[in-house]
Amino acid sequence: MDVPEELRYTSDHEWARTEEGRIRIGITDFAQDALGDVVFVELPAAGTAVEKGGPLGEVESTKSVSQIYAPVGGTVVEVNGDLAEAPEKLNEEPYGSGWLVVIDPSDASELDGLLDAAAYRASTE
Amino acid sequence: MTPPETETHPTGPLPGGRALSAPLLGREDEPTLFELSSPGRRASSLRTTGLPQWGADELVPASWLRTEPVPLPEVSERDLAAHFTRLSHRQYSVDLGAYPLGSCTMKYNPKVCDEAAARAGFANVHPASPPFLVQGWLQVLCELEEMLCEVTGMAAATLQPAAGAAGELTGLLLMRAYHAARGQDRRKVIIPDSAHGTNPASVTLGGYEVTTVGTNARGGVDLDSLRAALDEDVAGIMLTNPSTLGLFEEDISEIAAAVHEVGALLYYDGANLNAILGVVRPGDMGFDIVHLNLHKTFATPHGGGGPGSGPVAVSARLADYLPGPRPVRLEGGGFSWATPELSIGRLHSWHGNALVLLRAWIYLRLHGPDGLRRVAEIAVLNANWLRERLRGTYDLPYDRPVMHECVVSAASLERETGLRAIDVAKRLLELGFHSPTVYFPLIVEEALMIEPTETESPQTVAALADALVQVAAEARAAGDAASARQAPRTTPVRRVDEARAARRLVATYDQRP
Repeated sequence: MDVPEELRYTSDHEWARTEEGRIRIGITDFAQDALGDVVFVELPAAGTAVEKGGPLGEVESTKSVSQIYAPVGGTVVEVNGDLAEAPEKLNEEPYGSGWLVVIDPSDASELDGLLDAAAYRASTE
Repeated sequence: MTPPETETHPTGPLPGGRALSAPLLGREDEPTLFELSSPGRRASSLRTTGLPQWGADELVPASWLRTEPVPLPEVSERDLAAHFTRLSHRQYSVDLGAYPLGSCTMKYNPKVCDEAAARAGFANVHPASPPFLVQGWLQVLCELEEMLCEVTGMAAATLQPAAGAAGELTGLLLMRAYHAARGQDRRKVIIPDSAHGTNPASVTLGGYEVTTVGTNARGGVDLDSLRAALDEDVAGIMLTNPSTLGLFEEDISEIAAAVHEVGALLYYDGANLNAILGVVRPGDMGFDIVHLNLHKTFATPHGGGGPGSGPVAVSARLADYLPGPRPVRLEGGGFSWATPELSIGRLHSWHGNALVLLRAWIYLRLHGPDGLRRVAEIAVLNANWLRERLRGTYDLPYDRPVMHECVVSAASLERETGLRAIDVAKRLLELGFHSPTVYFPLIVEEALMIEPTETESPQTVAALADALVQVAAEARAAGDAASARQAPRTTPVRRVDEARAARRLVATYDQRP
């Protein structure tokens, strides 16, 4: 299982990466493996305000439909439109081309409350 | 000294409900009706009768007429019947053999119910007939409502919902009406993490938000997690008992008390009612709303798209909100229709799937109270017997006696040999059985959810257990799952690519690559 050291994590299996004050969000390698083949991803439109821990979207696999929760609150500024045509990217590159959204955080310090790689790895064992 | 003989099972013809003798001819794709079409061919040709004939343009205004003919397939009755018969020979069905699809309760449906439902006096009645012409039908519907209330321990029922999910939506709308009448606008409905996928979907459709509660170490609802989630904003909780793990909810009295204390309602998802029929009643456990799957517990047609039937029974305080019109007994005898005063309205354009309701009425009358209890007892016995036979071969999470179904896990098998639940399911098809439900409930890794039901004989349950043990033994002997990954090799359609089917949907035959 791949858990990159430089990312922060939630216990609900989302990852967050700081990029010039904004935060890119996806689901972890563990999550994509547990979900199985992802067939549909529902994401909010750019401009949507989200709360920390609030619903961010849904990932549908051949097994189930799962909610994604926002690791931090703020405004969605970018959405991965490629996933509409190629949801398999979520399985192939969960930390790369399978990212979900970029959020402009209302309080960047919320990131500090998230798990680091070691703590997330421990939570999945 | 010779080693002790291991238990062996004959591989020849077994009396169990295996479908290995099914006539599955050939491997070619069945052409679509469009591909069978031949220009000008008709299903029937009318003889010249000497009656005057009109053209469509004489009867229909020109602006309403098509200029191009509809591209319908042109086939003879003979071609059509052969096409569907060939397709039907490629289906696995309850009438063909054991169908242990957990949670779905794929029981055998007694043919006597079909026979009665096919009688013209029932089948050829228009639903708009005035009550005085359909007193027999109204009596059936009234009595069915009463029997379902007796079985569930509730006060009143509606027969309108057309299936389980429609019943769930009905229940949630009743919940909303109940709270609204008290001037309350509650927003949340609680669902355990082991619940059926339809529950959260119905909650959303009903305009509520889902709050999930966890499962404790014994497979029941985690009471601390539930108490933490309960507040004045909770409209109700949706539960099945037994749960989707096939386990009886031991804390149901505490759960009911805690939920009622905040003014919320308890909804019973009737998917698993088969296990408790005639033994314990949802109403006595404290539930306020119950939906029943007549196509599960009451052995009406199921699979292949139904039609299903999902009546909803409620406690007295919710009776005034039920959908209408309901069949009612008139003072002084006879029957009619009446709509409850605060009815949430119609849930079906007519009176529900009436011929399915009739089958359930017959099923209930055939069994009687003692027979229904026997149904539950044998269903539970079969599931527990099967589970014990699988001990040591598959993992048994939440290891305690089950109700009508057992959830086992292929997690250890996967670690040892790479054999996954999906491979077990596919290999089982080659051994003549329909697969159990796999990967559900979601909280069990590599889950196989097996529901033998009471309609399978001990010989069939034994043959099914042998097949499940055989699949695991083959992988363990080989040290890998390579062979099972190739399964099914003997079915008309082999392993399908589920992910590709969902990602690249081809909805019509002419879009096939």
